[in-house]
Amino acid sequence: MSNEATPSQTIGPFYFGTLIKAYRHDLAPANVTGERIDLVLSLYDADGAIVPDGLFEIWQANSHGRYNHPEDRRNLPLDPGFDGFGRASTDGDGCSHFSTIKPGRVPWPEGGLQAPHINISIFARGLLNRLATRLYFDGNPANADDPVLKKIEPKRRATLLAKRDDKGTWRLPIHLGGPDETVFFDV
Amino acid sequence: MTQETYRRPSAGTHPPNLSPEYKSTPLRAPRQTPVALPHTLSEVTGPLLVSERLDSLENDLTRQRMGEPLGERIVVHGRVLDEDGKPVPQALVEIWQCNAAGRYHHPGDQHDAPLDPNFYGGGRARADAEGRYQFITIKPGAYPWKNHHNAWRPAHIHFSLFGPAFATRLITQMYFPNDPLLAFDPIYNSVPEVARPRLQAAFDMGSTRPEWALAYHFDIVLRGRNATPME
Repeated sequence: MSNEATPSQTIGPFYFGTLIKAYRHDLAPANVTGERIDLVLSLYDADGAIVPDGLFEIWQANSHGRYNHPEDRRNLPLDPGFDGFGRASTDGDGCSHFSTIKPGRVPWPEGGLQAPHINISIFARGLLNRLATRLYFDGNPANADDPVLKKIEPKRRATLLAKRDDKGTWRLPIHLGGPDETVFFDV
Repeated sequence: MTQETYRRPSAGTHPPNLSPEYKSTPLRAPRQTPVALPHTLSEVTGPLLVSERLDSLENDLTRQRMGEPLGERIVVHGRVLDEDGKPVPQALVEIWQCNAAGRYHHPGDQHDAPLDPNFYGGGRARADAEGRYQFITIKPGAYPWKNHHNAWRPAHIHFSLFGPAFATRLITQMYFPNDPLLAFDPIYNSVPEVARPRLQAAFDMGSTRPEWALAYHFDIVLRGRNATPME
């Protein structure tokens, strides 16, 4: 039996308040191992205006590089209480705040390891499809050999690199369009 | 060794991001071609949200407040399947919608229509082992949205599904059959014509509840899988 896939539609502007039960800003309870990080994702349109009605979701491995999912069958520790999923709306400044741990490295299918990264889904009014991108950590030596970053023309790679501000928070602005358009992935 | 991956959507399934008739898209649709990613563990895993505990009334939007909401009571049910017709068991299904008058319980909704103190408009259900889910709600109203002159959204219910992987995440909207507003709606019509009917629920006489509720059937089909040999 074959079925045809259901098409995507926009999240629209009015999800907030009804989906709120599943908001998760803080991914990592105190007992979770790894380097704790604060993360701010911000969303801009093609004119550089903030997008205050967007929704970010993040999905990541734990500090050992293990995803909490049956498809990840590697013999690496799982952290009780750490799902690796976060979800937050953008606020009036176009920002979503997350508190999590730095992910470990996960394998590349053809061998070797990917640099630490966080998978991001973006939804908003005006986006008819989910957009997918990744966050990498600026300055991580593993970035130089990351097979995904190497697919991207060098001048656009920086759009995926979160930078640490003077308070230690990792920040990644995401531009839906314009000269600084973020690299999005066809997943 | 093989690694399971997910089939790429066929052309003619999803709307183009840039759909200028829907006037929010030009400033928000990326213009660069997305970079194709092979499916690694990052894409074939994803939040299953198995630890999300749903209380027994979350799939009944008519019983979340003190009293009963106004409107036409409906059952909305169906299955979460993949492209091979296999059920997606235990899938979390989230919905949200406006009330019978066409107003969302949301501070940004300024439509001059009454809020219903007995209708919140959000619900969740966990599909069973066969992928079956069910909600009880009221039929949402149409509402104006200023996209173009006298633009009205056809009645719709928003659906959010995670499926088994990051790659299968889907947010969509379910519409009602024979709605005359569908022909005028740039969001519905952003979808390639051949795929539009997949967004319409079917009236389901057999699932109506006598003297109580009408019923609609809506299956959601997520991406199917490939077994690709790894090099």
